[in-house]
Amino acid sequence: MYAYDELDRTLINERVEEFRDQVKRRLSGELTEDEFKMLRLQNGVYLQLHAYMFRVAIPYGTLSSRQLRRLAHVARRYDRGYGHFTTRQNIQFNWIKLAELPDALADLAEVGIHSMQTSGNNTRNVTSDQWAGVVPGEVEDPRIWSELLRQYTTLHPEFSFLPRKFKFAITASPHDRAAIKIHDIGLRLHRNAQGEIGFEVLVGGGLGRTPFIAKTIRPFVHGRDLLSYVEAILRVYNQYGRRDNIYKARIKILVHELGIEKFAAEVEEEWRAMGETALTLDEAVIEEVRSRFAYPMYEKLPHMPDELKAAAHDPLFERWRRNSVFTHKVQGYAIVTLSLKPVGAPPGDATADQMDAIADLADKYSFGEIRVGHEQNLALPHVARRDLPALWKALDRIGLATPNVNLISDIIACPGLDYCSLANARAIPIAQELSRRFANPDTAELIGRLHINISGCINACGHHHVGHIGILGVDKNGEEFYQITIGGRADENAELGVLIGPSVPFGEVADVIEDIVEAYLALRERPDELFVDTVKRLGVEPFKERVYATR
Amino acid sequence: MTSPLEQKIRITGPSIVTANRTFDGAVIYRNRHKGWSTDLSEAAIVRNADEARALLAEAVADDVGAVGPYIAPVQIRGDDKVKPGNLRERIRQKGVTIDLLPVSA
Repeated sequence: MYAYDELDRTLINERVEEFRDQVKRRLSGELTEDEFKMLRLQNGVYLQLHAYMFRVAIPYGTLSSRQLRRLAHVARRYDRGYGHFTTRQNIQFNWIKLAELPDALADLAEVGIHSMQTSGNNTRNVTSDQWAGVVPGEVEDPRIWSELLRQYTTLHPEFSFLPRKFKFAITASPHDRAAIKIHDIGLRLHRNAQGEIGFEVLVGGGLGRTPFIAKTIRPFVHGRDLLSYVEAILRVYNQYGRRDNIYKARIKILVHELGIEKFAAEVEEEWRAMGETALTLDEAVIEEVRSRFAYPMYEKLPHMPDELKAAAHDPLFERWRRNSVFTHKVQGYAIVTLSLKPVGAPPGDATADQMDAIADLADKYSFGEIRVGHEQNLALPHVARRDLPALWKALDRIGLATPNVNLISDIIACPGLDYCSLANARAIPIAQELSRRFANPDTAELIGRLHINISGCINACGHHHVGHIGILGVDKNGEEFYQITIGGRADENAELGVLIGPSVPFGEVADVIEDIVEAYLALRERPDELFVDTVKRLGVEPFKERVYATR
Repeated sequence: MTSPLEQKIRITGPSIVTANRTFDGAVIYRNRHKGWSTDLSEAAIVRNADEARALLAEAVADDVGAVGPYIAPVQIRGDDKVKPGNLRERIRQKGVTIDLLPVSA
């Protein structure tokens, strides 16, 4: 966990009081909605179909048990008893009253949580690998650099009114769990030939109505130059980004229109002109941030304790362990993913009672720490392997031991037309139906890794373009229809999915997905050829044929 | 942003003006008494562009009480009961189409 200092606490508390005053003036009529809208957005407050929606940042996906309990408290006291974890390491509350928002913010501020810059045309919550600091093979914990970026971008005066929103993601592992190639700036931490730490910088990724995979602008930027180089990119974007057209205002459009070479040349020129600046990080500053990340005092434990050997006879436990337990960098420990995708439930939702129970389990089994992943699941990052059987039983009691992580029912879905004022079609009921169709864990295991992503509109909050199977809701003369893409992926080999054909009505989506899966099972070369690899090998035609032959 | 009053108004059937209540975001409908109601059956019904424009202007003027007023279609059944005219408005009136809480806990 990162320990906030007095400056952080003062900043958050002052922000609460500032927003309290703004809300008071809005409710009294002193501020019009036009004047207030930007202020509320800068504090993560949207107006959705039925109510205000309040988005709270979970920087780089790390939460303490105390913080999670406070989120549960907000869900219970100010909302309807649940929250929704998003695809960008935020949590959203769907039924907040504007008049009560300042109190909710104050309650969160007490534990160092805020909603600054979770909306608006500024730099958003910096996201990272949810396994940061615990997964084997990392160059370094990417949260150190995420935190440096968080401090640098928070209330940055030059970048508080960008042409459009701006998102960073950082990974330090060869396998990208942070989806860096679909971010405005993606950063891959690695070492150069001299062994120095730095970043491959990617720019111009993003989804929405014009999706692009990010391009490498510089293969190596030294760690000390991270902030100055990022500032150069932001300056070029701030100057040339299309403020005249909201649909062309993201940096991806600028990079595409200029071309990566020209864009890179502009950035290099800006960077050179900046020279050695206050943004050049000296080692003491980096070390100061590094020292504020506390790691658990791990015990020396065996890899295969007796408790685990005994539990291995239980096939249900073994299925869960195989699916949801991952290798930790310290022997005797494991990373455990908690599926927020029980069969038939809205993806990514957790009740206040579940949040409290997870916080208790984190205290008991994970040194009080919880992680939030962009796949809308949670993780306990430091579980002793001897405790896995007990943890599994406890998770099962609260509905969080569904062994479907990375399988077909581990669906990413946006709130869709059930909540969102931008949506054209519902996303959650589609996810619920699909999770019921593929509820049999044997079937799911047979299919293997397969990511379904669902968005209720072209804004793509469900990342449908990069789902192995992507489902996009569209409006056709007042009816919900869905376009299906296949072959997308959000990892280090990120690709955009390819449309298989005409959209299908709400009632046929699950049948179509079943057809696609059946085609895959028949077409794959061997049981371990993943769906996405079969699509890569054969293209969309065989799947298209299967889906539309009888429709 | 273009004011709702500057946008072209096209009415193809009975319509109402709806918005969200400022202090809590609740769905509200402009009624016949120059106020708001959370009950669709109390909404003022307009049937042509001039009526709609007038009702919208009245709603927009109440910036303190309501956020984002707009014109939405409705259906009037044989028994004069008013129903939302599309799925979006049905969801706004009746709430989400799913169980609110995740399973268990």
